[in-house]
Formats: sequence, structure tokens, C-alpha cells
Amino acid sequence: MNESTKILTRDLNLHYGEKHALRHIDLEIQRNHVTALIGPSGCGKSTFLRCLNRMNDLIESAKVTGTVEVDGTNIYAKDIDPVLLRRKVGMIFQKSNPFPKSIFENVAYGPRVHGIKDKKRLEEIVEKSLRGAALWEEVKDDLAKSGLALSGGQQQRLCIARAIAVDPEVLLMDEPASALDPIATAKIEELIWQLKESFTIVIVTHSMHQASRVSDTTAFFYMGEMVEVGPTQKIFTSPAQKRTEDYITGRFG
Amino acid sequence: MKKRIRLGEFLIEKGIATVAFGSLGAIVLIFLFVFREAVPIFTMDARALSGGHESISSSGTTDSAKATGESESYGDPVGESESYGDPEPVGAAESYGEPEIVGAAESYGDSTAADSSAKDTSIATSGGMLGKPPPPSESTVSEEGGSILSQILSGNWQPVGDHPKFGILPLLAGSLKVALIAILIAAPVGIFAALFTSTFAPRWAKEAMKPIIEIMAGFPSVVIGFFALTILASLVQTVFGLDYRLNALVGGIAMSMAVIPLIYTISEDALSAVPKHFTEGSLALGAPLWETNLRVVLPAAIPGIFAGVLLGLGRAIGETMIVLMATGNAALLSPSFVEPVRTVSASIGAEMAEVVFGDPHYVMLFVLGSILFCISFALNAVAEIFIRQRLMAKFGGAS
Amino acid sequence: MNIPKKWVGRGVALVTGGSAIATVVLVLVVIGIIVHGGAGHLSKEFILGSPEQGMTEGGIFPAIMGTFFLVMLMSLAGVPIGTITAIFLNEYVGQQSKIGRAIRFAVNTLAGIPAIVFGLFGLGFFINFVGGGADRVLYGGALHWAQPNILWASLTMALLTLPVVIVSVEEAIKTVPRDLREGSLALGATRLETIWKVVLPQSMTGILTGAILAISRGAGEVAPILFTGAAYFLPNLPDGLTDQFMELGYHIYIMSTQSVDVEATKPIQFATTLVLLILTFTLNFAAIFLRWHLRRRALR
Repeated sequence: MNESTKILTRDLNLHYGEKHALRHIDLEIQRNHVTALIGPSGCGKSTFLRCLNRMNDLIESAKVTGTVEVDGTNIYAKDIDPVLLRRKVGMIFQKSNPFPKSIFENVAYGPRVHGIKDKKRLEEIVEKSLRGAALWEEVKDDLAKSGLALSGGQQQRLCIARAIAVDPEVLLMDEPASALDPIATAKIEELIWQLKESFTIVIVTHSMHQASRVSDTTAFFYMGEMVEVGPTQKIFTSPAQKRTEDYITGRFG
Repeated sequence: MKKRIRLGEFLIEKGIATVAFGSLGAIVLIFLFVFREAVPIFTMDARALSGGHESISSSGTTDSAKATGESESYGDPVGESESYGDPEPVGAAESYGEPEIVGAAESYGDSTAADSSAKDTSIATSGGMLGKPPPPSESTVSEEGGSILSQILSGNWQPVGDHPKFGILPLLAGSLKVALIAILIAAPVGIFAALFTSTFAPRWAKEAMKPIIEIMAGFPSVVIGFFALTILASLVQTVFGLDYRLNALVGGIAMSMAVIPLIYTISEDALSAVPKHFTEGSLALGAPLWETNLRVVLPAAIPGIFAGVLLGLGRAIGETMIVLMATGNAALLSPSFVEPVRTVSASIGAEMAEVVFGDPHYVMLFVLGSILFCISFALNAVAEIFIRQRLMAKFGGAS
Repeated sequence: MNIPKKWVGRGVALVTGGSAIATVVLVLVVIGIIVHGGAGHLSKEFILGSPEQGMTEGGIFPAIMGTFFLVMLMSLAGVPIGTITAIFLNEYVGQQSKIGRAIRFAVNTLAGIPAIVFGLFGLGFFINFVGGGADRVLYGGALHWAQPNILWASLTMALLTLPVVIVSVEEAIKTVPRDLREGSLALGATRLETIWKVVLPQSMTGILTGAILAISRGAGEVAPILFTGAAYFLPNLPDGLTDQFMELGYHIYIMSTQSVDVEATKPIQFATTLVLLILTFTLNFAAIFLRWHLRRRALR
């Protein structure tokens, strides 16, 4: 492991009851890179993503073995607080899920939870985060409007603003554009490029085009295993594995 | 990212868990405290129960008389209930002091007079509470030596008087009679109505009928009891030409009004939960709608409907106000369905306010309560564990 | 089987349709009779007056207020407990866990226990055990808490209506999307913060519905208060927790079975019944409306 490694998984396994959903995953995720996880549905890519901030803890039947290191610390160690971990490793979901509160309250939710009460501070954070998510110009005049009143693409960007408001280091994105139209998708992809400057991003995507457009590194998952990982350019032009090639050329999936 | 101790949160979460376990605790507490008060029955001398101890019964009477004098709340009705001997013949029929229908006639009349609860009117114009004659009846003497069990399982419920008797058979019989009538009416009506609104009825009819039937579930039982007492009783008496205005039949019919919505709602749920592809398969084979409904939908929903009937039975046995107001409250052990009955629940409701803490009568009422608890617990457990799980297995949790 | 199938089909439709229609007609007839019997006697004086002349005349104001105090105290005790239990069942234990199933079974059992047994419990536990204990400790055995009063009646009723609250609140909590909880947790909020800031605000309608249904049920039940606190007649409204109280349902029971002159007070009985019916129906309709509102949100 070197300086540029942000997340490192070693022999990561996950069982849902009897089902072995993730098998021996060893993956290195680079700092300030966009890493895309691709593969057919049910291949375990979203499950893997949720291991990185311990969201799978919420699922009773899920059992994780192996290690996930963030900055060299095993996040599955006994003395780790998943709540603090999630402040460091934020997450954007497939379906945008703004709280049924105002835009301002949505973004201020995280900072408030973390104990920031000063109104002025909150306003600064909200503005900075909304700018960061390229949403500020569109909503700056009606921050009191309900988050649910925004369009789908705006809602997803609101969720991104909400996530970066707690100042995380890693952003996990679970098919963030799957429910959006092409224009909104393009905006999100552009945003991902900008966010890369300040965050390490791991994105699960269904669309190979999206993976090739936004990511530096691509990992291909199939049936709970990670088949191949490499620079995006290489994966899409000359994959080492037959299964990767079949998937990329559209023979299944 | 080291674990941080959040003491406040930890305590609150423990508090939440504690409160939630409280509902589990409540069941245990109810069990403990209702049974605790009933336990003396096992330690009590059989002679005490059979009225061998003069002191208990006489002190009981004086105490309740005293209570009558002191408490403005309960005093009036008891004092005045003597005067409420209905002038009309109908009222007389409500009384349970009718000599010809009572087995142990003399002692029965006696207990009626002494029964300070006297919820039911026309007690002996002759005496009321204080002027009662105390004739020790033969049956009492003969029973004195018997075991507690044979005491309890005897056919006389005369809780107050010089020789109180606590035979619960007439009460059990009363509860069973009323519940039986109620279920015999409510089960077919409730199930058929559910079958109609969930399968045959056009949409508009369903949307109009379902809420109206469910309104019935919102009738307070005292309202049903009042309706039975003032309207239904006279109607039933006229239609069937009965001797007694208030009787098991009236109680049963009134009770069915409380049970129909219960059976209806649960059956309707069960019927609606039958997957569409069941019916489509049958209809596709050319079976008419009614045949599909009877041969496919109804059998598939049987476990749920059965659970509904069991819960309805539990309700009918445990419900108090309706029987208290509509059955005439005479503890008779007779095979007739048109004579007055006194149910287990009504006995508790009518007598508990008047008993002296800790005396055999008090203990016996808690024994009755324990019996009700056990019956409802058993019915619930069967409906819950057995039926619901079968439903789940059948429809993959669709219920 | 020589009967043509067509006729059997008609017979089936007739029997089932007849049952449904008969039930509907029965409901309407009962309501009609009570409205017919009671509407004429309803007046401002009846609602706001006290019983007079040995309860053969006058109004039912003390009974209305007694019912009001009863259900308010009941809600104060029962709604928070029911809400917390529902939260525990949904947020802290899974559907399959043994603890959750045990508590659910207890709640269902609680719902099936006859009201009169709750009354016995109130007497045995609250009055004799808690009240008696308090009197021994605080008043040296003098009778103070160990007798029927509005507090014990309300607590008994709260226990009786607990399942109603739990079921409604659970229903509401289940409509809060999983996404929202995950969104909050992913921002580094703890489970309790998520419940407090996201789940509870979204469940307010359900909690309100539960409270209303519980009040409606509590206002209609008489058996549990027969010997835990209801009084036949009181000249004054209760002014402390150790007072007894008059109650609408109990009033109907007393007036129709033990009044000095049952025939002469018929109008009072009908009118009181009508008031109780109006009260419970209004509450039920409010609950139905709120539920409908909630379901619509859940569908969106």
C-alpha cells in the first residue's frame, strides 16, 4: 500500500444468511480518483459499495468477514464507530431521497447533527455545499422551498450537496443517475469530474458509457466476485478476462 | 473514528427498550395480579366457600350495606333499586327471583335479595337487603363437606347470603349459551357479507357497504347493550312470544352485533389476500364467477376466516356490558335458550363493585376473571400462532 | 344435482348479498332508532346541565367532562408508551427477531383480553397493590389511593387501548421510506437522531390517528371502569386524581338499568346514547380521514 491508496479491501466476504454475496474481494481505491464498479445487476457491486461505509450493518442477516481499510484503519475493527465512519465516507443513493424538509434544512441536516448550531456557520456551509453540487444558482432564492419540489436531477444534486455538507473524504455513489434523463445525467457526470478534486469517489453504474466517461479506474464484478480491475481505458479497450470482454461487448448483462 | 460513548443516547435507547418490554410485562402483570387475587381459592377451606362461616357472609352483608350508606356513588342505586320493581309485567319477567324456574327455590330468592348489586330489578318486594330471612337450605348443608373443586363445579351461584355458594357452572353455561348464539348468527352473516363485498359486489356497492359495516365496529358495547335492552328485547319477546323479556337469546343476538364486524373485517382481509392468479386460473377454465368464488377463493381464505371466528368467539365470551344489560342476569342452570342467564363476565361486572376485599366472593370473582383470561389467551394464541402462520406459508406473507 | 347451476349461482349471490345488505340495514336502523329517540331531547341545557331530581331530569355535563378527563389522562399515559413501543418494534428489532415477535404476540394478546379482565387488573394491581402500597407508605394505612379514582381508571384504560396506539403508529412508521433512514444514517446521524429527526416527524399523522382511535375506544368502554373509578352520581366534577368521576357509557348503563324510573328517563337515556355515538363516530371518522391521508402519502 502506498500514499495514494485511500481504501483497501482484503479478502472481503459478505454473506446474506446462506447466500455468499461477495467473494474474496481485494481492491485498492486511489485517492482523488473516480473508481467505477460495473457488472450485471445482482453481481454484488452495490453490496460492495455499502460495505465501504458499513451501511450493510443495518441488514440483520448480512455478515462481513475480511478487512476494509480506510487510510490504513480497518473499519470493521471492534473499536470503530460506524457513525463517525459515515461522516468520513458519505453516500449518494440510486433514488434521490431528500428529506421532506426545506432545501436549506436538507443541506443543514448533517452539520446540525454534528453539533453546529450557529446560524451563520450553517448558512455558509449550505451555500458552499450547494455551490459544490452546482445547484446554488438554481435554488439560492428559494432555500425555504421543500426539497421534494425540485426536479429529479436537482433532487439528486441536492442529495450530493447534503452529503458534501458534512465534509467527507470519500463519496460513494450508488447509480446516482439511473433515474435521470440524459441532460440531468450529463450535469451529474460533469459534477463528478469537479468533485474529484476534493473527494475520492466510488461510483456504481449500470451504464458502461458512464463508467468510461467519468472514471479513472474500473472494476468489473460478476456473481459476487471481482473479475478484473484496471485503468478504465484498458478495461474498455483490452480487458484481460474473457468474462469482462463478453460483458463489455454486450454479450450478456 | 474510534468509538465514541454517547451516554445520553445509550440511556434513551435502553429506556425505549424498557418501555417496549413493558407491553410484554403488562401481560405478565395482568396474569400475575388477576391470578394472585384468585389464588386464595386453593388455600381456602372448602367450608369457607360453602358458607360454613357465618361471620364472613354476615360481615359481608353489613359491609356492603355500610358502603351503600357511605358512598354517594353507589349508594343511591342500590337503595333505590328495590323501588324499581317495574310495574309492568314485562319488568317482572326480567327478575330472576321466579320461583318456578329455580331449582333451589328458597335459597335462590334469598341470594337475590341479599345480592347488593341487584342490578336487576324487582327484588322481592318483601324484603330488600335488610329484611331477608335466612333459611339454611338443605343443599348447602349437604355440600359443606365437599372439596373446593366440587364446590366450584356445583350448579348454584349464590354469592351473597348466609350460605353463599360459588358454583360456576351456571355462569359458564350462560357464557357459552350467549357466545354460541352470537357465533351462530355472526359467523355466517359476517363471512357471507365479506364474501359478497370482496368478490361478488360491484365496486360501488363494496365502497358503500364496507365502511358502513365497519362503522358497526365503532359502536360502543354499552350502546349495543342499551339498544338490546330497550328495543331488541321487546321485539324478540313479541316475535317469539317468550316468557322472559331479557334472556340468552336477546343477549346472543345483541352480542352478534358486536361480533359481526370483527368476523367481517378479518374474513374480508383474508378473502382479499387471495392472489388474483388463483381466480384467473379458474375463470379461464370457464367456471362461472360464483363457482370460482366458492370453490377457489373461499377455501383459500379458510384459515383467516377461521381465525376471525375464533377471535369473534373470544370477544363474545369476554364482552361484558352487552350481557350485563341484555341477558337478565339470573344464574340458572337450564338447557333453555330463552330463559335469563348470567354470564361469567356479567357476574364480575355486576358483583365486583359490591364485594368486600379479600372475602371468598371477591376471590371467586377473580377466579372467574382468571378463567376469562385463560380462555381469551388460548383462543388468541391458536388464532395467532397456528392460523396466521399457515396463512403466511400459503401466500408467502401476503396476508 | 338436478338443480340448474344458474339457480345455484343466483342463490349464492342472494345469500351473500342478503347478508351484506342485512348488516348494512341493521347498522342504519340502530343509528336511526337512537337518533330518533334522542335527537328531540338534545339541547344546550342537556349538554351543559347537571343531572337533577335524582337523575330523572337535567343534563349530562358531568358525564361528558368525566369522559373527557378520563380519555385525556389515558392518552397522556398510553400514547407515549404505545409510540415508543412501536418505534422499538420497527427501528430496533427486526421482523424476524425473537424479541420482536414476543412483544408483538404480547400486544396481540393484550388486544384480545376482555375489557372486564382489565378492570380486575386495575382493581388488583393499581388499587390494591400500588394504591394500597402508597397508602401504607405515605399515609400510614389511611385510605387515600387504595380506592377507585380517575387516575386508576385512566391507567387501566390506557393499558386496554395500548394495542390500538401501537398498531396505528407502526402502520405510520412503516410508510416512512427506508431511503430516508439510510440517507440520514449515511450523513453520520445516529439511529436515535434519525428516529427523532426523520422518522418521528413523518409519523405524526399516524400517532395522531392512534391517539384518536384509542380515545374513541376508551370513550366507549365501560367494563374496565365499573369498579376502578366510575361513579353513579357526583355533584361536582373531579378536581384531583383521587376523585371518582361520571362517565357517559357508565351513565347510560346506570340510567337504563337502575334508574328510579326507567320509563320516564327514556329520553335522557336515548339522548345520552346519541351523544356517546356522535362522539365516537366523530373520532372514528377523523381517524379514517387521517389514515386515508397517510395511505395516499404512502402510495406516492
